[in-house]
Amino acid sequence: MKSDIKLFENGKRLDGRKPDELRNIKIETGVLHRAEGSCYLEWGGNKVIVAVYGPREAIPRHTQNPLRAIVNARYNMAAFSVDDRKRPGPDRRSREISKVISEALGHAIFLERFPRASIDVNIEVLEAEAGTRCAGLTAAGVALVDAGIPMRDIPVACAAGKIEGQVVLDLGKEEDNFGSADLPIAISPRTGEILLLQMDGHMTGDEFNTALDMAIKGCHTVSEIQKKAITEKYQKTEGD
Amino acid sequence: MTDEKREIVIPSQLLGETKDKRAGDGTFVEDGKIYSSLLGVLNIRQQFINVVPLKGRYEPSERDFVIGIVDIPMSSSWLVDINAPYPALLHVNEVPWDVEFGETEKYLNNGDCIMAKVLQVDQEKKLQITLNDRNLYKIKGGLLIDVEPSKVPRIIGKKGSMISLLKQYTKCRIFVGQNGRVWIDGDEQGIKKVIDTIKQIERESLSYGLTSKIEEMLKKEFKDV
Amino acid sequence: MTITPSIKREYLAKLAGQGKREDDRGFDEFRPITIETNVISKAEGSARVKIGNTQVVAGIKMSVGEPYSDSPESGVMVTAAELIPLASPDFEAGPPREKAIELSRVVDRGIRESEVIELDKLCIEPKEKVWVVFIDIHIIDYDGNLFDAASLAALAALMTTTVPANNFEVGDDYPLPIKEPPVSCTSVKFNGNVVIDPSLDEEETAEARLTVATDQNGDIRAMQKGLNGSFTVDEIKKVINTSIDNGKKIREQLYKSVGK
Repeated sequence: MKSDIKLFENGKRLDGRKPDELRNIKIETGVLHRAEGSCYLEWGGNKVIVAVYGPREAIPRHTQNPLRAIVNARYNMAAFSVDDRKRPGPDRRSREISKVISEALGHAIFLERFPRASIDVNIEVLEAEAGTRCAGLTAAGVALVDAGIPMRDIPVACAAGKIEGQVVLDLGKEEDNFGSADLPIAISPRTGEILLLQMDGHMTGDEFNTALDMAIKGCHTVSEIQKKAITEKYQKTEGD
Repeated sequence: MTDEKREIVIPSQLLGETKDKRAGDGTFVEDGKIYSSLLGVLNIRQQFINVVPLKGRYEPSERDFVIGIVDIPMSSSWLVDINAPYPALLHVNEVPWDVEFGETEKYLNNGDCIMAKVLQVDQEKKLQITLNDRNLYKIKGGLLIDVEPSKVPRIIGKKGSMISLLKQYTKCRIFVGQNGRVWIDGDEQGIKKVIDTIKQIERESLSYGLTSKIEEMLKKEFKDV
Repeated sequence: MTITPSIKREYLAKLAGQGKREDDRGFDEFRPITIETNVISKAEGSARVKIGNTQVVAGIKMSVGEPYSDSPESGVMVTAAELIPLASPDFEAGPPREKAIELSRVVDRGIRESEVIELDKLCIEPKEKVWVVFIDIHIIDYDGNLFDAASLAALAALMTTTVPANNFEVGDDYPLPIKEPPVSCTSVKFNGNVVIDPSLDEEETAEARLTVATDQNGDIRAMQKGLNGSFTVDEIKKVINTSIDNGKKIREQLYKSVGK
């Protein structure tokens, strides 16, 4: 479907953002009483809540790895999170997202400290508006820290994309629907390693380089928000 | 008493270099740099950089005293939840009773609480506990509360100073498991006071001079009664 | 599975024997309730309800569909509750189990049987087109008494729902037609003591559970007894009375929170 709306005009995007500008992000940690670690995140119109349980003995037993813990991320969209009601339960899309998020998070955790265990990361999308996998992974990073899990880094995600020939950061809803490419990535901000990378659409090699660069910069900006949310919460409750 | 802040650190935060300092608990080293691996409080002692965790699961060590809750009685052992990532095994040879094969339920059943000692933690983190030591037994009466395992040392205090204070003023029996479970028994008002005070210690675990502050408070309250 | 220590049961029973509860509440007293509405802008109506530490989000989605053949001029409502593993270490992923199904059905019945939604006003074209109302309930944090939290969240969400007629090109948007709703109150019994709004600890030691939904006139509109234990007739009458009293207070709070 082609739209008549102009996604990019006079250096500004539909919602008034500059090409390299993020949507508003709000992060709160320790929001649930039952979970061992939790995080609530709003990113533009996205609302995501994450709960971490574990490390605990992996069940069923055949999923256990005798050398390290497994990460079970479970990305789930609430039925009311999208314009047309989504049928409850996992579908192929959410299973795939769960898998790539699990793999990305696993890289940052000292998994070898917990053989046979699982670390369960439940990501619930309460409201979706483009970029839920980045929002979910970013919130999961914070929730893992909040659960006291030993980690070598706090993973963070952000996307870049292309609209009307212009490379932009953090696609909004219309940009996601009518844009020509989307490149969500997750990085380990301390080392700069890429932990997740997906791309769909059409980009030239040069455009990809610009987009990747922009997404990495975006990740670093989001990473600062993540860190601030954790430190502020615990400096307030524990440090003073 | 100083009121200086303690520094909260988070995973990946750079804490120092191995040429100046040594990497202690809650840290890791890459390329000569020492980073935090945990959400915790920075603690630099002599040449060591440590991070004391604020949260997280209990990681069992051999000889820890813990409070367990029996999960499943099996034919010659019990599976016991000790608040660790893994259940612990209590073998019939490790209890002070002569248990006939298949009669484990007669001695300990699902939901029963025990004071136990961690006997073994192997490579795969398979855990074994024992009741064969002094002061280990099945718990009767009282109640259990959960605290952050990382805060157990504060609740016990230096050489048990904090816990002695609590026992002295509230006349309660208290046992603090290394695994973040605390057993309390006594009269109802005493139990309540112990719970409130422990919650306060947990909340203010990082402030300096906490033991004397708690003592003042207990002294005042129990004089009024 | 989380194991309830047997000394916990004994302690709760001992306290109850002295007329006390772990968190100092009276037997007939609810935990603090908060109701926030319009928390999900993608939904036609939504609410987040907290009862103590228990937290539930309900969202209403509407679409145009076909009526059932036995009620060709009536809208359709569908209720689904999910016990997602986010909310408790004991909830597992996968299709809804008995517990989630009972929860959905009890909430559904409380709304359907008292005709809270005026389904007869949700007909667009008889036999052809009617409104379908989806009530989806997400449990976010589980500390006991999901029945009351879930049904209260569903009511608050319904009472703030706008029918998206414009989007479906069947006229102008209008507020979902709603009648005075019954409010559900759940009590449990352990060791011969009956308490309302059980915490998770109380729920786990409970032998019997009774949910009573009452309306603004103090009449009974729905009931559900659960678990293996039993109630005496006197206990049931008493539960009904405390449910009417608490229902009244909760209804006032509900109306206030939805701006009515």
